Amino acid sequence: MNTATGIVNGVSMNPAAAGFDVHRLRQDFPALQQMVHGRPLVYLDNAATTQKPRSVLRSLEQFYCEDCANIHRGVHELSERATECYECSRGKVQRFLNAREPAEIVFVRGTTEAINLVAQTYGRKFIGTDDEIVISAMEHHSNIVPWQMLCDATGAKLKVIPITDSGELRLDEYEKLLGPRTKLVSIVHFSNVLGTVNPVRQMIEMAHARNLPVMVDGAQSTPQTRIDVQELDADFFAFSGHKLYGPTGIGVLYGKREWLDLLPPYQGGGDMIRSVTFERTTYNEVPYKFEAGTPNIAGAIGLGAAIDYLEKIGMANIVSYEQDLLEYATQQITAVPGLRMIGTAREKAGVISFLVGDIHPHDIGTILDQQGIAIRAGHHCAQPVMQRFGIPATARASFGFYNTREEVDLLVEGIEKVREVFA
Amino acid sequence: MADLRDLYQELILEHSKNPRNYRELAGASHSVEGFNPLCGDHFTVYLNLEGDVITDISFQGTGCAISKSSASVMTQALKGKTRQQAEVLFNRFHNLVTGKPQEDAEDLGKLAAFSGVAEFPVRVKCATLAWHAVHAALEGTGALVSSE
Repeated sequence: MNTATGIVNGVSMNPAAAGFDVHRLRQDFPALQQMVHGRPLVYLDNAATTQKPRSVLRSLEQFYCEDCANIHRGVHELSERATECYECSRGKVQRFLNAREPAEIVFVRGTTEAINLVAQTYGRKFIGTDDEIVISAMEHHSNIVPWQMLCDATGAKLKVIPITDSGELRLDEYEKLLGPRTKLVSIVHFSNVLGTVNPVRQMIEMAHARNLPVMVDGAQSTPQTRIDVQELDADFFAFSGHKLYGPTGIGVLYGKREWLDLLPPYQGGGDMIRSVTFERTTYNEVPYKFEAGTPNIAGAIGLGAAIDYLEKIGMANIVSYEQDLLEYATQQITAVPGLRMIGTAREKAGVISFLVGDIHPHDIGTILDQQGIAIRAGHHCAQPVMQRFGIPATARASFGFYNTREEVDLLVEGIEKVREVFA
Repeated sequence: MADLRDLYQELILEHSKNPRNYRELAGASHSVEGFNPLCGDHFTVYLNLEGDVITDISFQGTGCAISKSSASVMTQALKGKTRQQAEVLFNRFHNLVTGKPQEDAEDLGKLAAFSGVAEFPVRVKCATLAWHAVHAALEGTGALVSSE
């Protein structure tokens, strides 16, 4: 990296992160090198999924070309290697989240499965008729529907923390919702629509003062900030590999050991048992109790490679670069006439949701796509947020550490083109 | 690069800004909601069917320029048509926006403005949302259709 001057091509370097050479890092991502509709791809849909660096792709190739075997059961060389790589990734995740021990890391398909796992295990054991689960008005459907399904099955009730017009949680209302029937709080860390950074540390403290456990949806926050589950004191924390520059189909549920030990298994099958007879089955210890069947071995290894890659860059560098980019993007985009930004919280991370005049976000998306610019248009799997703001959809640009100020400028030009078409 | 003007033709932009027959139809014999859960487009189409003839038709709701203008042009095209004529038009319109060859595209009138949609496969659902609602109303297959 160019640590001497912090200048590459004379542009786009973030003074706050000298040594962070975005143009060089972009070279690590094959997908970013392509043309779309005759223009260089500007990929601004990172809240949906991120592109993958070559080192992640190589780790998948190495697994399938050389080490492919099932884990935890083979006596042969390949199975030993595969098991070692898989468990080594668990260790990487543990250190990345600063969990106390690898047993607190459960591999799942993604954030959605992690939340379903907690709803189905913690829920079945501890939640009954008229008990209450507290979530917020800015949750992704994945942190709403699993709880609604649990409520349908148990007769429990869902309580929703309201949000302000700028897209911040009403902590005074949150405090009031924590009552004698509350059994669990499940809350999003960074909003995928509004970009809001929620004060989860404080919210967890408030819940813990009443002995209530808290689950944190870290799908958006894990790629964008340094996660320390011990400092947060989260009881459960979930994230997805594919939003962290890793493969799809792999994710993580972190749970405090004392909780994971208490919970019943999630799914039944191989690997999650200690012994099986038709009379009685005893379950394996954590985390294996929750990992029935052959897991996504390659995915877990690829996630480990993604974490290695991010740690080499340094999460602190990534955070400061992305904050600078978001500030620049916010300034430039909000200067577009007729543009309205949805989500103006004081503390935000790399998401800008917007509307342009009365142009529908779907039309914005198509016209930008024709210029090689990938954004998302729609409700972003958060229909209640749309209802809260009285809009059917938004256009959303979401950033990764490989995005540049030039790409922000292209987005602004692209939005100008949208306005021309609809002028 | 497909030309954006092929998709966003003047007629389409004009109908999206000033949709025709954009109202609730009091005493409608049929009303069906068309909903695209992916993008949130949501229309209600109202029909008055007397015997076999669509004597009046209107719509209301929210959606992108393509879905809204398509609904608007559709209401103009279907008013006074029989059930059978409507189904034939729907088939021809569907062929048009999915790029299937067909004879006599000219006599589709204003509907022909949607030919550019064929170059944008993800927008086919937008262009056909209101049509699917009408189809469901005529078939009597339900009060809510989804284009997914």
